[in-house]
Formats: sequence, C-alpha cells, structure tokens
Amino acid sequence: MVSDKNTIEVEKIVIKFAGDSGDGMQLTGTQFSDTSSLFGNDIATFPDYPSEIRAPQGTISGVSGFQVHIGKSGIYSPGDIADVLVAMNPAALKANLNSLRKSGIIITDIDSFDKKGLEKAEYITNPLEDGSLEDYKIIEAPVTSLTKKCIIDLNLGLDNKSILRCKNMFTLGMVYCMFNRSLEQSENFITTKFKKKPELVTANLAALHAGHNYAYTIELLASAYTVLPADNKAGLYRNITGNQAVAWGVMAASERSGREIFLGSYPITPATDIMHELVKHKWFGAKVFQAEDEIAGICSSIGASFAGNLAITTTSGPGLALKGEAIGLAIMAELPLVIVNVQRGGPSTGLPTKTEQSDLMQALYGRNGDSPAIVIAAGSPSDCFDFAYIACKLALEHMTPVILLTDGYLGNGAEAWAIKKTKDLPSITPCLVNKNVKDWEPYLRNPDTLARYWATPGMPGYEHRIGGLEKQEVSGKVSHNAENHEKMTLMRAAKIERVKKFIPLQKVKGKEYDDLLIVGWGGTYGTVFGAVTDLQAEGYNIAFCQFNYINPLPENTAEIFSKYKRIMVCELNMGQFANHLRATIPQFTYMQHNKIQGQPFTIDELKNKFIKTLAE
Amino acid sequence: MIKEDCSTTCALSRKDFVSDQQVKWCPGCGDYAILSAVQNTLPSLGKKKEDIVFISGIGCSSRFPYYMDTYGFHTIHGRAAAIASGVKMANPNLSVWEVTGDGDSLAIGGNHFIHLIRRNIDLNILLFNNKIYGLTKGQFSPTSDQGFVTKSSPHGTIEEPFLPGELALGAKGNFYARVPDTNPKFMTEVFTRAAIHRGTSLVEILQNCVIFNDDIHEAITSKETKEDAQLILEHGKPMIFGKEKNKGIRLNGLKLEVVTIGENGVTEEDLLIHNAHDEDPTLQLMLIRMSLPEFPVALGVIREVSTSVYEDVLIDQIKTAKEKTKYKSLDDFFNSGDTWQVK
Ligand SMILES: Cc1ncc(C[n+]2csc(CCOP(=O)(O)OP(=O)(O)O)c2C)c(N)n1
Ligand code: SF4
Ligand SMILES: [Mg+2]
Repeated sequence: MVSDKNTIEVEKIVIKFAGDSGDGMQLTGTQFSDTSSLFGNDIATFPDYPSEIRAPQGTISGVSGFQVHIGKSGIYSPGDIADVLVAMNPAALKANLNSLRKSGIIITDIDSFDKKGLEKAEYITNPLEDGSLEDYKIIEAPVTSLTKKCIIDLNLGLDNKSILRCKNMFTLGMVYCMFNRSLEQSENFITTKFKKKPELVTANLAALHAGHNYAYTIELLASAYTVLPADNKAGLYRNITGNQAVAWGVMAASERSGREIFLGSYPITPATDIMHELVKHKWFGAKVFQAEDEIAGICSSIGASFAGNLAITTTSGPGLALKGEAIGLAIMAELPLVIVNVQRGGPSTGLPTKTEQSDLMQALYGRNGDSPAIVIAAGSPSDCFDFAYIACKLALEHMTPVILLTDGYLGNGAEAWAIKKTKDLPSITPCLVNKNVKDWEPYLRNPDTLARYWATPGMPGYEHRIGGLEKQEVSGKVSHNAENHEKMTLMRAAKIERVKKFIPLQKVKGKEYDDLLIVGWGGTYGTVFGAVTDLQAEGYNIAFCQFNYINPLPENTAEIFSKYKRIMVCELNMGQFANHLRATIPQFTYMQHNKIQGQPFTIDELKNKFIKTLAE
Repeated sequence: MIKEDCSTTCALSRKDFVSDQQVKWCPGCGDYAILSAVQNTLPSLGKKKEDIVFISGIGCSSRFPYYMDTYGFHTIHGRAAAIASGVKMANPNLSVWEVTGDGDSLAIGGNHFIHLIRRNIDLNILLFNNKIYGLTKGQFSPTSDQGFVTKSSPHGTIEEPFLPGELALGAKGNFYARVPDTNPKFMTEVFTRAAIHRGTSLVEILQNCVIFNDDIHEAITSKETKEDAQLILEHGKPMIFGKEKNKGIRLNGLKLEVVTIGENGVTEEDLLIHNAHDEDPTLQLMLIRMSLPEFPVALGVIREVSTSVYEDVLIDQIKTAKEKTKYKSLDDFFNSGDTWQVK
C-alpha cells in the first residue's frame, strides 16, 4: 500500500474500465469495486457489455465496459461522467471518450495504438498524437509489452494468449496504486480462482504487482487519489448485485414462510443471473428447473405453487410476453406466484444488454380479460432484496401473482448492502387453509385480504379441482353464469385493490408543499434522487416521490399529488407510468421527461431539465 | 365441504374417486369408458386419495379432472406437461397424472411433451387420441391421417401424422403403451402398469369421438375384426394373434412379417418374443409402426425400461448439498464472504 505519496482526498470518483470484450474488464472493474468497498467506500457499479459475446476483436462493437462509482458517502448511482477512463485499446477510447469528464484522466495501453489497432477503431490519425485529446490528462503505459516481459521472465511455460490475458491485472495494479488501495483482496482472489493452475496464479500476481510497481516507481501518476471510507450507518456490509439480491430475497422469504423455493426459468439476458445464483443454493433446498422455454418456466412454477411451494419465475421482456397466458391462469386459479422481470430495451429482441423501463404496461395489462396482478418495482441493487422479499410475502398472503420489475441496470449493478438478519424481516403468513377455517370451499375467502385459502395436494379432506374456467364464487365449481362472472371479475379486482391496506404509504423527499414534484419509479431511483438532492441543497423548490408500489398505488398518492403545483414523471420509456397515473388518478396533469436510449438518466441531464422546468 | 378423511383408515373403492360434478361429454363419447377405467384403477394402487393429482390441458379430454374426486387442475392448452412437472418436483410423494388430447400434447404442447419424456419425471400421461380436435368442433390434429377431410381441411390434409409412440421413443421415452377405449379391463391393467412404472409413462388411448370423428378406430376395435386387427403384447410372451390364435409376428432380415403357424413350416418357436424391457428401442419402434391392413396394431405395454428418474436425482443433489454445506443457516450464508464492518 502506498502511504508515503502525496495523496489527494476526493469525495467521489467515477472510474470506467473499458477494453475489448476478451480483455477481462468486467473482472477488473469488479475487483476494483470489491477492494474499494472492503476499504469502506460507498460504491455503485454498472457493467456495459456488448450483446455479441465475441464481437470482432479491437472494434467498437466489441468494447466492454464496467463503471465504478466510489465515494465517501451518498453514492446513489454508478455516476454519469467518468473522472478516469481506463482504455485498453483505441476502440475503447473512441467508444467512451464522450462519457469522460473534460480534463479527466485517460490510462491507455500505448502498445495497442499501432496501425492495426487504430484502423479497427476507425481512427484516421492517432488520437494520442494528433492533439485531439489536449483537454485530457493521458497516461500512456506500455501495458502489453510490460505484462509480457514480466511473465516471460518467470519461465512458466505459458503460451502467448495466456500471457496476454494477464494485461487486465497489470492495469488493475496501476489503478490500485493510483487510488491508494491494498492489493490484498485481489491477491486472495487470484490465488483462489486459479487454485488448480498454479502457473496462472504466479502470472496474474506478477502482472498485478508489476502494474502497481510501474505506476509507483516510474511516477507516471502525478499523485494518488484517496477516497475516504463512507460514513454509512453502523453495521455489517457486503456488495450485492440486483440479480443476486433478488435470489437472496426469495431465500429469506422461504425461510420466513416455511415454504420451499421452486424456480422455473428459461435463460434470457439480463435475468439469467438470478437463476445462476439460486441454483448455487441447493444446500438451502432451492429447486431450480431450467425449462424448455419461458412458458414451461412459468407453468412448472404454477404447478409447484399448486403443490404448495414458494414458486417464482424469472425473465426479461420477450419472456414476459410468452408468460402472459399462464399469468392469467394463476390469476384465475388464485395461486401465489412471483414473476421477476428484469427489463431491457424493447420491443422484440430490442437491446438485450441495455436498460429500459420497458415493460410497465405489459406487466399491468399484458393479458386477456380483466386480469389484475400486483406490480412492484425495485429502486436499487440492494433494494432488489427487499422487494423480492415483499413480492413473495404479498403473493403468499394474498394468493395472487406478483410481478416484480427490476431492470438490466439494477440487475447487473452492484452496491453495498447492509446485511439483514432474517429474523428482523417482516413475518410471512401464507394464506393456508387450517382447521379453524369453517365451511371451507376452494373459493372461500379470508375476509381481510379477500384471498382464497390455499389447500395443497397431500392435505387429506381438502381434495378439490381448480382451473382456468370461470368459477362459481365460494364453491369454485365451473360456472358460466352471467352475474357470477361479473361478480368474480370485480372480486379479483377488489382483492388486488385491497392490497393497498397492507403496503406502506407513499413518502416524499423534500418539502410537503412545493412548486415541482418529480415522480420516478423503480430503477431510476439513484439518479433522480441524486439530482433532486443536489438541487434541494442549492435551494430549489423541488420535491421527489419514488414509487415502488405500482399496482395498486399507495393509498395517499392523490393526496400527495394535490399539494404540488406541477408534477413531472421521469422514466426510461415513452411515458408508461405517466399513462398509468393518468388512468388511475386522472385529476392531475402529468408532465413527462423521458429517455429511450438504452442508457440510464444522468444526474446532470436531470438537473438541467429540472432547473429549466422550474424557471418556466 | 370438507369430507371426513377416510383415506388413511379404510380401503378405497371406485366411488371414492367419483366427484359430485355432472359428467358433460357427449353421450357415447369414449371418454366415459376411460374415466371409469381410471376410477377402477386407483383403489388398487395403495396411494392415499389426497396424494393423487390430475392435471390436464384444454380439450374435451382435459375436462377429466373435474370428474375425479382427487386434487385436480384444469390448466391451459398444451401446458399440462409443464404444470404436472412442477407439481411432481415440488412434492415427489404425489401420484401425478396428466390428462391430455392429441392436439393438446402433440400440437400446441409438443415441445413440453418431448421434454417431459426426455427428462423422465415420474408422471403418468393419459393421451386421449381421437385424431381430431373435439372441443373446437372438428379440425384435423397432428395424428389425423394424411388426406383426412375435416372442416379445416376440406381438400384433405397435406401433412404426415405423428405416431405418438414413435415420437415418445424418439424423445428417449422409457414407457409407452397403447390401449383402445373399448376394453375396460385392458385399460385398467395398462393404467396400473403405467402407475407402477417409475419415470414418465405414456399411455396412448385410442379414443372415439362420436361427434366429429366417429369410428376412426373402428378397424382396430370392432367386435368382428379385432382379434385379427390387434396384437396384444405381453412381455416375455410370443407375438401371437388372430381369431384362431394361429398368426404371429416373425423377424425376416430387418423387417417384421406376419406368418401363420403351421403354414410353410412355421412353428411358435419362430415367432418373436416381446421384450418390453429391451433398452434398445429398435424392435419396439417397429411394433409401434405396424399398421392395418398389412399388420395388426400392437397394443399393451410396448416399452417399459427402468432408468434414473429426474426428481430422484434432484432430491439427491439437494440432500448432498445440505450435507456438504459449510453454512449453518441463511444468516450465516449472508454474513460469509467479503464483508466489512461500519462502526
Ligand atoms: C391458447 C389456445 N389456443 C387455442 C385454444 C382452442 N382449443 C381448445 S381445445 C383445442 C384442441 C383440442 O383438441 P385435443 O387436444 O385433441 O382435445 P380433444 O378435444 O380432442 O379431447 C383447441 C385448439 C385454446 N383453448 N387455447
Ligand atoms: S366432441 Fe367428441 S371428444 Fe368431445 S365430448 Fe363429444 S364425443 Fe367426446
Ligand atoms: Mg383430440
């Protein structure tokens, strides 16, 4: 650890690691953020990778990036604009230059700026030489040649390809030096990861140390930065991605409800990691079933729910479309089911690896008939834990499908999570039939929730039949009676509406009576919150309402809206939540601010928009 | 209403499985006989009533669970296989039956059908093959014969039909049986064998739809011709059939042929002995493909091979993971790995 250098203390810093998709930038970024959080920084991360796994090497379409935002405190998003860009080749530089702060630092591998590399990135002249980067501070490190040299010297017998794979560790070593970080976490990581291949342990450690020493001794880095530990609330922390958090939230719900987990799923970006995570936990009893398609994914889960499991299914936009008919079945059969939709850019295959709040309308209405379900949305990676837990709780207690919306930005993004104790989580009481339920019939309802009682195969005396055909109220027998259908349709709607009584009231950040109320929902929380917080600190009359409960909306929503002169709904789509508000709370006028670029909002662009609106 | 739980204390009979719902198939529909045969099968299986589940898709046949006084779920078109798979994985102790039609499982549900069979989850599939879409009033199905004229094929169908058994064996199926809806005793025997077999058991029932495809299986099932038209297979027994019990199946090179005992020096010795347990499905496939008029139609249990069952391995993996885990609890797991303390 470098301690004798001049260090500059900064509050927050955004670092973007970018390189070819084969360069291991995701790993480098994750290592840097893990080390920083162990050091005690607040962090938020965002991977940005190409949808083709192996796009042509060295080209712009093959650039993979990983952005890390570290700070002393108050890190709500992975950051808009990078302060430091690590560009492993010309293409990575070209693809990321416009998201680097003017006067920011560029660390490049000078060896990659040869004729071939420049051509592949479609540079006509070498940007390092033609003066176009005058505004930036450029560090030209011979990463490739030094990595090669330090490893070849060890005579490990590795081929050229394996040696070049260690380039990312060289760069990581440099960045550790620059930010005054200990190498220990990454040393441990390398030692465990390559346990079975000792020569790779040696090679990667050598590159890591060489990079660190290079940065330090040759003093190419003018001064090291230090970002002090965050002043978070006391407690035990760890890093968590949104997808991981969903899996863990479901595990916690299983623990508290006493119901075994069943996940039926079909791989789809960016949701697959939830399945990858949960299948690791067979020790916890999680049953994970990779089905033949999304329909079988949800249908196997519906079967498991009928049989008494805590059933979930995970997917992204196109998969949700395939699941529509089966969600309708779960609504009709009134079975508990959690559908996690990690949203991505649409329609159709759209932008698989990019984020978008694309599926709100699909979640609310994408089914035949009047078929309401609970819809909730998580606001940050660690929030995914809480809302996955709540999704399970609501499904089990209200006997209904619950759609949990997250997105690619949350699912892949990471942040610090204050580890929860399962016993401190709210209790979960599945609406199971028991001896105290008098005169039970399949559609007899709990008077508080209007949920029917769950009787599962294996329980003697409760043999019954359910299905997708309309049911006679209470008895659950098939019924084509006209009045009964209307009654049951209204009952299904009332049951979901009743959930209002069981969810928290909507809160506002900022003054209760003000000029402009900014409304956001789900995954934009970090950036919108950051922008409003900044403006409030600058004295602007602005308040913020973050919605996580989408259907039903919290009971006091209209009351809050009535206190502001203007309401502006910000979202990453054409205005789906704004339209939902227009349909459910039509008495207000909703302004919109939308972005549909497959990228998150930036704090700067939001602030500019809000300041302009306030001045109007 | 909750009924007294008698299942654990007294022997079950057929009427314990009759629900209070009025059966609404067309008068004369083959489904009635199948329902009755299933109700006759269950009491002898030694399963408690509450541990039996019927899952169906959509179609006339899929109304079946409503008429059974067990747990039941009438789901959506084509998806019964996937839903039944979930039921069984969630609770492997249950005896799970999938009831489906030729359209339900071979058209819209074809994908789930082959994958269920490939996985070998311990379920029993009752496939009601009436070679027609009954519920939607008479369109051709994936099992309708080529050239078949229906409302949706007034000029005759263009496509080749599936043979359910051939498809099942192609999907690595381990149990396949075929029975006509006209023989209650035979159905009960075969259903029992299907229930006892561990793994996915497919029973194709040649079912008559009186309204839209009456007598489609007549050539196989009619009283006058059935002895000559049916080869009833029993494991370990020679393949003999015919009114006079003098016809048999012999292997000639790589082909099957019908021979008459006593003619051209043919003796019983020359006939094939049915081996349902043969892992190699070659001969079983040849039997499945036999068709009138050249051959009799093979009935009974054609393939019955034991191999590992999906949910057994799943449960085993979970058991092993539980034994081997270093985590004492979920909280212990959350607190493991790279954590840091903020004071
Ligand atoms: C998604 C969907 N598509 C179409 C239908 C209409 N439909 C209901 S049953 C059926 C075919 C039934 O044929 P089969 O499975 O052979 O059953 P059978 O009525 O002959 O017993 C069709 C096409 C439906 N219910 N759902
Ligand atoms: S239409 Fe055919 S299959 Fe359907 S109930 Fe009537 S006879 Fe049976
Ligand atoms: Mg049919």
